[in-house]
Amino acid sequence: MIHVTIDGMQMEVQEGTTILQAARGAGIHIPTLCYLEGINYVGSCRVCVVEVEGMEKLPTACNTPAEEGMVVQTMSERVVNARKMALNLLLSNHHRGCFSCPSNGACELQELCYRYGVEESTFAGARKQIETPPVEGHPFLSYHPELCIHCERCVSTCAKATGREAITFRKTGMFGIINAPFGEDYKDTLCESCGNCAQNCPTGAITEKRKKKYRSWEVSRVLTTCPHCAVGCQMYLLVKDGKIVDVEAADGPSNHKLLCVKGRSASFDFVDSPRRIRTPLIKNKETGEFEEATWDEALDLVAEKFTDIRDSLGGDALAGFACSRSTNEDIYMLQKMVRTAFQSNNTDNCARV
Amino acid sequence: MGKMLLADPNRVDVKIGALLRKFETKVRVYPPGTCPITAQLSFLEASMNQTCGKCVPCRDGLPQLAEMLRSILNGDATMDTLKEMKSLAEFIRDSADCAIGYQSAQDLLDGMETFKIEYESHVRDHICPSNVGQKVPCVNLCPAHVDIPAYIALIREEKYADAVRMIRKDNPLPTACAMICEHPCEERCRRNLIDDSLNIRGLKKYAVDHAAADKVPVPKKNPSTGKSIAVIGGGPAGLTAAYFLALMGHRVVIYERHDRLGGMLRYGIPNYRFPKDRLEEDVRAILDAGDIEVVYRTEIGKDLSVEDIRKQYDAMFVAIGAQRGKKLRMDGVDAGNVESAVEMLDEVGNGKLPDYTGKRVAVIGGGNVAMDAARTALRCHAEDVMIVYRRRREDMTALDTEIESAVMEGIELLTLDAPKRIETDEKGNCSALVVQPQMIGPYRGGRPSPVDADKPELRIPCEVVLIAVGQDIVSKPFEEFGMAADRGVFRAGLDTAVENLPGVYAGGDCATGPSTAIRAIAAGKVAAHNIDEYLGYHHKIDFQVEVPVPRENNRVPTGRANISERPPYIRRNDFEHVENSFTHEEAMQECDRCLRCDHFGCGVLKGGMDE
Repeated sequence: MIHVTIDGMQMEVQEGTTILQAARGAGIHIPTLCYLEGINYVGSCRVCVVEVEGMEKLPTACNTPAEEGMVVQTMSERVVNARKMALNLLLSNHHRGCFSCPSNGACELQELCYRYGVEESTFAGARKQIETPPVEGHPFLSYHPELCIHCERCVSTCAKATGREAITFRKTGMFGIINAPFGEDYKDTLCESCGNCAQNCPTGAITEKRKKKYRSWEVSRVLTTCPHCAVGCQMYLLVKDGKIVDVEAADGPSNHKLLCVKGRSASFDFVDSPRRIRTPLIKNKETGEFEEATWDEALDLVAEKFTDIRDSLGGDALAGFACSRSTNEDIYMLQKMVRTAFQSNNTDNCARV
Repeated sequence: MGKMLLADPNRVDVKIGALLRKFETKVRVYPPGTCPITAQLSFLEASMNQTCGKCVPCRDGLPQLAEMLRSILNGDATMDTLKEMKSLAEFIRDSADCAIGYQSAQDLLDGMETFKIEYESHVRDHICPSNVGQKVPCVNLCPAHVDIPAYIALIREEKYADAVRMIRKDNPLPTACAMICEHPCEERCRRNLIDDSLNIRGLKKYAVDHAAADKVPVPKKNPSTGKSIAVIGGGPAGLTAAYFLALMGHRVVIYERHDRLGGMLRYGIPNYRFPKDRLEEDVRAILDAGDIEVVYRTEIGKDLSVEDIRKQYDAMFVAIGAQRGKKLRMDGVDAGNVESAVEMLDEVGNGKLPDYTGKRVAVIGGGNVAMDAARTALRCHAEDVMIVYRRRREDMTALDTEIESAVMEGIELLTLDAPKRIETDEKGNCSALVVQPQMIGPYRGGRPSPVDADKPELRIPCEVVLIAVGQDIVSKPFEEFGMAADRGVFRAGLDTAVENLPGVYAGGDCATGPSTAIRAIAAGKVAAHNIDEYLGYHHKIDFQVEVPVPRENNRVPTGRANISERPPYIRRNDFEHVENSFTHEEAMQECDRCLRCDHFGCGVLKGGMDE
């Protein structure tokens, strides 16, 4: 254990703890922009700089390990001025069309600039001259370079969290640029359309296109489990006016704020489909048409037929196969029914891929 | 995982190499007189182009600094711009991740201090200070501003005597400079943009090898003025002043404490680097210039008082050099056979060669004097000679070529060893030099400084120790006369005038500390001009030599011809000159490489050539 003092508060932390982790552990807030726990700690935005006694430079809290006896100031005048200058420079290259930005109200740059009183940049942005047009050929995702702050969260997310390396960092002369594979040829790229990059983008540079259909303050979040495979990813359904409009990954034990393309983009838009079957249906043998029935009618009919088969042909004549969209609990219940009610061991499901 | 590949031999980092070497050269040969703010901008742009693009301070901040610098150069900036630039640069210095960011900002901040006057001139007046303006590099960097392109053109036309005349217009010691000049003129030679610096000293040597200075008549002197000037010291500064003053028509009396003229050229530089018969050529020509009397074996301040001299003459030029070897404070320094290198070389200059037969000689120091002393010791039959220096070889102040020559002759360099004490035998003579090994440490005063290494002392058995750790000026009598000095170095203006003593001038090593011959020559030239003005004249001297019409630039990249030397295993046994002469072909090829910057480029502009 090592001992550090942050803003006058003495604390004991594990060796290897960063200044940021130590501060957060003690409830001291240090702002961050490019930092993403466990994924991105390149220290590019310099917003988390702090002052450390005896150090010439202002180190970045996100990737500087705390050392024995370190005395840290997180809000000194020098620190605050440096943060303002970093935001000032970031803002100089960030198009401020906030009114029409889908991330308005949920933008981390906006929030920090607001908090630090940086309303306008005093600089004419140097990289505006080299901007490339938006990349929008992908059905779900888009990249707007004019909103990008080059924090590398998307690159690190794609490489480390998703493991695809579909998003890369390229150079246009002296400037860096994000090579986002969201063009017409997205199918030929390594992109799996999972959208974790969009969820981690601190601004509106990479977004899910559907985000345009709601404002961040209009939605409430409902925590649920992904209805697809049996990994059990935790996610929030974003609900506006009683309708699901989007999905956000939650910090579940099996998914840690990540989702796959199915979880994020194929889990909710069928909910309000007019073609959705909302009651049990029983086929009328005479007309050959399905007719609406009550749950009691439907369950009675199924139970009777299965019982007949079991009693006349034995349990082995039956099998139970659970849908992969079922939760683990439902699948458990199904196999229990097969073994006890059907008296069969023929049970399986497809939820192991 | 994809395939693993070896580095592509045609990758861009390999292809970029040639371009970067050119770039490096372009920076190295920046023309003198360039606006420092434009240089700062180029430097800053090179810095910002090196960003990897990761961090905000560097990738977004440096271009903004460049934008501000551009606005300063465009005349759009205010004093507030300077403040904003400073605060942005401080942010980048404090918060950038790597040296590409923080050092670039630090360099800009340093430049803002160094070039404060230039920055303010641009902001306030939208113009460079009046001293900014491009100059011909070789002429500008030669302290005596010798018209180098002109004399090279004369050599090319095979007019060697005219070449000597052209050199003597600004420097009456062409032979001395042909042999031993440190040639600052070559540093930023524009020819580097094509291949390499011209070998200017080599060409000058070719000229004096083909037209000895004493065989080329000096210009006609002006009618006598009736004024007389005392020159104290017959070294390069004194001889130069005497030459020009005599040509102007003044009577000159040189007071020399030795038997012969030449100063350090004779008593400091060994014969094998500058043969004394060749020095005589320059001296004879100078003494031919007019009414020059030399009073030998007379030390002013000892044999005659400074005050009396000043009273006897209309003006006085003090050029006493830096003649006394600095002492080291360590135990045993007073032992027998421990000598000052300067004094040993002085004796050799007087023809008294020490006999080091069978002796091991250790020379302490890393300057040119140390090299001269070591190579001289070798020629005095020392069994073994080593140079002991407390820093690294690259920190030595001696010219690289001098170090190289010493090493080639078999002299060992013991670097990073600081002398601690000298051990003596029963007779009180030196028996060993004990050194403390060093390690190189942080920079102090612009140079990395050594600190004691955690290693045991080293004992170097030797019978002779020569100390070459700098020279002092025998300034006391002159200070008592009223000449102000800082640690013995006379305080003289850029015009060589001594403050508060009208008619008294000082120049050369005694006003700069130990330095080069060409700087002393420049001081002599400046002093002569200003003494003439002080006496109420404005003499012009007609040197009667014309500059040839330039030929077209030869743009074919061609290697620099170097002067060859006699083989080390032969030359180390004698005091004969080590250098050979250029062949005619070499000299002509070298002349053809000259780009005649006096004609092409800024040289034809008013103020483009220094005079």
